[in-house]
Amino acid sequence: MRSVAEPIALAPAHRASSLAAPALVSMRGVRKSYGDRLIVDSIDLDVAAGEKVALIGPSGSGKTTILRLAIGLVKPDAGTIRIAGDYLWHEEGPGGLRPAGERHARKVRRSIGIVFQQFNLFPHMTALENVREPLVHVLGLPRKESDARATELLCDVGLKDHLSKRPAQLSGGQQQRVAIARSLALQPKVMLFDEVTSALDPELVGEVLRVVRKLAQASDMSMLIVTHEIGFAADIADRVLMFDAGRIVEEGTPRQVLKNPSNPRTQQFLRAVLER
Amino acid sequence: MTSSTFWDFLPFILMGIPVTLEVTAMAMAVTIAVSVILALGRNSELAILRWPAGFVIELFRGSSSLVQLFWAFYVLPFFGIHLPALAAGVLVLGLNEGSYFSEVVRSGLNAVPTGQREAALTLGLSPAYRFFRIILPQALPIMIPPFGNALVTMLKFTSLVSLVTIQDLSFRANLAAASLGQSGAVYGLIIVIYFALALLLAGAARLLEQWVNRRAGRLAPATSGRSRSTVPEWALGGAG
Amino acid sequence: MNSAIWDWGYAWSILPDLLDGVKLTIVATFFGSLISFGLGLVWTLVRLARIPVATPAVEFFVQFVRGTPLLVQLYFLFFVFPNWGLSLPPMTTGVLGLGIFYSAYAAEIYRAGIEDLPLGQWEAALVLSLPIRRVWFGIVLPQSIRKILPVLGNQVIGMFKESALLSTITVMELLGQAKALGSLDFRYVEPLTLAGAIYFVVSYVSARTLRSWEGNHAVGS
Ligand SMILES: Nc1ncnc2c1ncn2[C@@H]1O[C@H](COP(=O)(O)OP(=O)(O)OP(=O)(O)O)[C@@H](O)[C@H]1O
Ligand SMILES: [Mg+2]
Repeated sequence: MRSVAEPIALAPAHRASSLAAPALVSMRGVRKSYGDRLIVDSIDLDVAAGEKVALIGPSGSGKTTILRLAIGLVKPDAGTIRIAGDYLWHEEGPGGLRPAGERHARKVRRSIGIVFQQFNLFPHMTALENVREPLVHVLGLPRKESDARATELLCDVGLKDHLSKRPAQLSGGQQQRVAIARSLALQPKVMLFDEVTSALDPELVGEVLRVVRKLAQASDMSMLIVTHEIGFAADIADRVLMFDAGRIVEEGTPRQVLKNPSNPRTQQFLRAVLER
Repeated sequence: MTSSTFWDFLPFILMGIPVTLEVTAMAMAVTIAVSVILALGRNSELAILRWPAGFVIELFRGSSSLVQLFWAFYVLPFFGIHLPALAAGVLVLGLNEGSYFSEVVRSGLNAVPTGQREAALTLGLSPAYRFFRIILPQALPIMIPPFGNALVTMLKFTSLVSLVTIQDLSFRANLAAASLGQSGAVYGLIIVIYFALALLLAGAARLLEQWVNRRAGRLAPATSGRSRSTVPEWALGGAG
Repeated sequence: MNSAIWDWGYAWSILPDLLDGVKLTIVATFFGSLISFGLGLVWTLVRLARIPVATPAVEFFVQFVRGTPLLVQLYFLFFVFPNWGLSLPPMTTGVLGLGIFYSAYAAEIYRAGIEDLPLGQWEAALVLSLPIRRVWFGIVLPQSIRKILPVLGNQVIGMFKESALLSTITVMELLGQAKALGSLDFRYVEPLTLAGAIYFVVSYVSARTLRSWEGNHAVGS
């Protein structure tokens, strides 16, 4: 397997300064239930420009739901969500906030990207076509330019030799790297990662984590990363949130939350994860 | 034929309902027997059983059901086999549908985990006991939903027997329409009756399904777990 | 007696008439299929669009057509159309009947093909902000069609066999010819056996061809 040979061709980080900028994801009092089960319970969450936030917590605690709320795949029952300053489900008018629909959300969603646990590549397209899809049909780039750009993105994730392969011909790790390249194509300001390695065989986890780590270090994109890889979270996160039963139960630097957790739920969770 | 009206013929037509239901029930009984035999044949390790079962299935699925019916009715007598019309009809419908349904039975039987068969074998249970007490109760819940579909298919299918003189709904409708000269009401009526019967049978099949599932100790019925995605609302919105 | 059961000379002599019938069967199947594909698409679009009155009406119509016998539907069209001043030739009525009947099944096939698409595909398309037109024509339909085509193929084979019902409304397709020959010469063995054999050979070969084609064109290969 090829590792990431070429450097990620993205702007260098200016972390210290960008941390002061306004939040790129901002949730206020966000609530979501399925049936009578409250899954996300009045969450306030900010991700600053350039900030890398890791989200940890037990299975079923609502981490995926938070990401799906952030990108508008799920509509909250209450609360507001802003992406790069724009309300996802509301329009700002002279009379204050008015509820808005899917059409409005589509515009706001442009500045945020997500990588799914299950890749969700388009199976009838090659790796190159998958990445080219948004370049051609969203940005409207000419064919030649979008091909060049897609090739570049795939090279950055170490897939130079697999451009014309279909997802079925790629390993899980390679598929996930195509998915990462595809969601970077629109140059989102915020990227969401939902346990991007948990569907992979253990020997393929490393190659995907390397790509995400490199991206985290080289770009000034904001990131919200759900992961069970504690070492990885400690490495790349500026801030760690511990999630349990739909609430943020602990929050702080990786050192605080992962090394010296104060909340018993966090202590218990970390013990369980590290003992695996 | 002077002044007979639609209403004069109504009882005559309605008397076709029990006939249609009877033919459906009999043909369904044949379907069950045929499909189990064919499924076991196809699952057999002996080529001498497997091959004929496959042949029967291909034969009945491959040709037109109406031709099969006419063949049984008009051609078999030339070979000295005189089946009453009802027997010919029920047999052909049952063999035809049974050839399709055998596939359902087979996949139902094959869905029982091998561990279960092996456990039954090691316990030294008799083949009949293994089949009826171990395999069948587990295979049954899987087969019930397609059985409901087959039941409705059979109901519609029985209309063919009107063409070999069985006095079912369709036969009586034809007769009434011919005598009345105005056929719209007659055919409209029996179409609605067929549809009502189809709904009835489908409902009965659903009840059966629930009952079997309860007995098998399942909470969620196998069919209601339609994990299919439906088309999301946004994809139907105006131009993007 | 034994030699009289099957007469090769007679069988040979009726073959041209039967083949005339086959032609009509094929024509009926061809146009019946076209109508069913087109109408089925209309039903599917109306169902998807969730239009207040139209969608439930189509929903009911599809269930109704699927819940009643093709034979009776054919009678209805054949005897009732003239009452409405629509005197169509039997063949046209038959083709329409086949088309309408199978359009209800085609609608189910289209819907299943579209709804079988994993939810993740819709979500990936949504978060990439693809225009809705592109989602349908670039993501959804190319994948669904691969699932839909083989099933539609099977439906055509089914229609080929079921088109024998058109003989009941006086269309001289394959079975119509066979029955006419049978009652003319009072010899049913050869015409009905040959007709059955022709139905079998055509549909068996078609089904085999379809299956091997399907094997070569599975999704993602
Ligand atoms: N569409 C839905 N309908 C009903 N319940 C749902 C739905 N989506 C999620 N849930 C429920 O919400 C709860 C939280 O789910 P979520 O996927 O957000 O958890 P998670 O923290 O991501 O867990 P994991 O670590 O297993 O991925 C779960 O109990 C799940 O069953
Ligand atoms: Mg999750």
